[in-house]
Amino acid sequence: MKLRLDALGQRYGDQSVLHDISLTVPEGQLLCVVGPSGCGKSTLLRTVAGLQPAYEGSVTFDGTPVTGVPDQLAVVFQDYGRSLYPWLTVRDNVALPLRRRGLPRAERRAEAERILERVGLDGAGRRHPWQLSGGMQQRVAIARALVCRPALLLMDEPFGSLDAQTREDLEDLLLEVHRTDGATIVFVTHDIDESVYVGDRVVVLSPGPASGVVLDLPVELPGRREQIGTRGLPEFVALRTEVGRAVRGS
Amino acid sequence: MKGAAAPVRNAARGPAAAGRAGGHVLLRLVVLVVAVALWQVAARAHASVYFPPPGQIAGRAHELWFSGPVGRLFLTDAAVADILPSLGRMAAGFGIAAVTGIALGLAVGRSRWAYALCNPVLQFARAVPPPALVPVFVVVFALGTPMQVASIAFSAVWPVLINTAEGARGTDPLRLDVAAVLRLNPVERLWFLLLPSALPRIFAGLRLSLSLSLILMVFSELLPGTADGIGFTLTDAQSRSDLLTVWAALLLLGVLGYVLNTALLAVERRLVGRGRTTA
Repeated sequence: MKLRLDALGQRYGDQSVLHDISLTVPEGQLLCVVGPSGCGKSTLLRTVAGLQPAYEGSVTFDGTPVTGVPDQLAVVFQDYGRSLYPWLTVRDNVALPLRRRGLPRAERRAEAERILERVGLDGAGRRHPWQLSGGMQQRVAIARALVCRPALLLMDEPFGSLDAQTREDLEDLLLEVHRTDGATIVFVTHDIDESVYVGDRVVVLSPGPASGVVLDLPVELPGRREQIGTRGLPEFVALRTEVGRAVRGS
Repeated sequence: MKGAAAPVRNAARGPAAAGRAGGHVLLRLVVLVVAVALWQVAARAHASVYFPPPGQIAGRAHELWFSGPVGRLFLTDAAVADILPSLGRMAAGFGIAAVTGIALGLAVGRSRWAYALCNPVLQFARAVPPPALVPVFVVVFALGTPMQVASIAFSAVWPVLINTAEGARGTDPLRLDVAAVLRLNPVERLWFLLLPSALPRIFAGLRLSLSLSLILMVFSELLPGTADGIGFTLTDAQSRSDLLTVWAALLLLGVLGYVLNTALLAVERRLVGRGRTTA
């Protein structure tokens, strides 16, 4: 699904948060959006998700303007502890989006278990989110996002509050999901290395207020990405340096 | 859910903590037993007709209400005639208050302007001492059960309503975003998000309402025109200067209040569960 932003602007009162952002994300691309904190990355994501429908300019999916939460969209938020519903089991959390499809309960549960297995959580379905570690909870949130096979997946600093090892595991999980499902993904992060490692393309926003795009960089790295090797490649280092300069504004 | 969680927690707590909890229960019992024993000794020493010893009071309560046949759970005819009507009215009043309070509370709490408009009225309604309203209900309804149920319901509804509204208002905005992104319909949103996240506050309201219901139950039965119920037993015994039965009725009310509150707490623990620190 192709995502297109045209002269997108977003404001809170008379404070401009995003200004004149134009981007086209082709189908199947994994776009990373990087920027210093407070630059409106989350606002950008919320606007695309249809959670803040009063925007300037235009946002379209395959040509259809976004006026509310679009169909075939899924979001993974940073704060997994709050985004999962603690009163539901892991399996019921994951099965929740399937209600809309009108599947019988048994099929919803089976489907949820299938997705849980895929994100490495087989056997955890009957537990509650708060009984799991942070990394496992974020896996649950990813499973909940994937269960409806979204054409567009938005991720708002999804690994920002996880430890380094867990974060790397989840980055690889994301790459694997992207390779097999081929969904269009917009991945917001403040971590420069992460953006270059997971992205097909990195877009850097200027510091707020009135953030705009200051760098739009395709990421071309040889071979399949893996944590140790890829991060040592000269191409990786060069890209990281370029993104880092753009973020720091020098 | 409880089954999976329990072993982990107990293992973490260890036998020392379990012993401490047991100690607390024992300590509470000791205080109760000592208090009753002192009362017994003091009452016997004074031998006043107005303050019979607790042993006699319990004996009277047993003889009046709990010496019936096994097949009827030991309840006597008097128990069926006195306690059941009271409990029935209380259940009806409390039930009406709970359902109305939760429904209206969710509606008021989810709408910012409804909350702003209704809040002063609610605070006012809550501030009026509930028994003071009973005379109004006596005029509006006929004396008897409808008036009594209405008094209980009208007094008990406010704490549930106000607490539910607060609970619904405090729903985590991120969780509302999640509901929007998952495109939950209004019923699903209510059932999977608003109700469970307001549940701790709803129960806080229900506990207050339950004790108000008990108060209003007795109070409305003290009025003339009542023919049965624990409150009626109380006034009836008083008019016959049967102080022992008055005390027995008081004891019964205390036990009822305790049992009902414990039952509500058990329901709360079952429904609200653990891991709800953010709610």
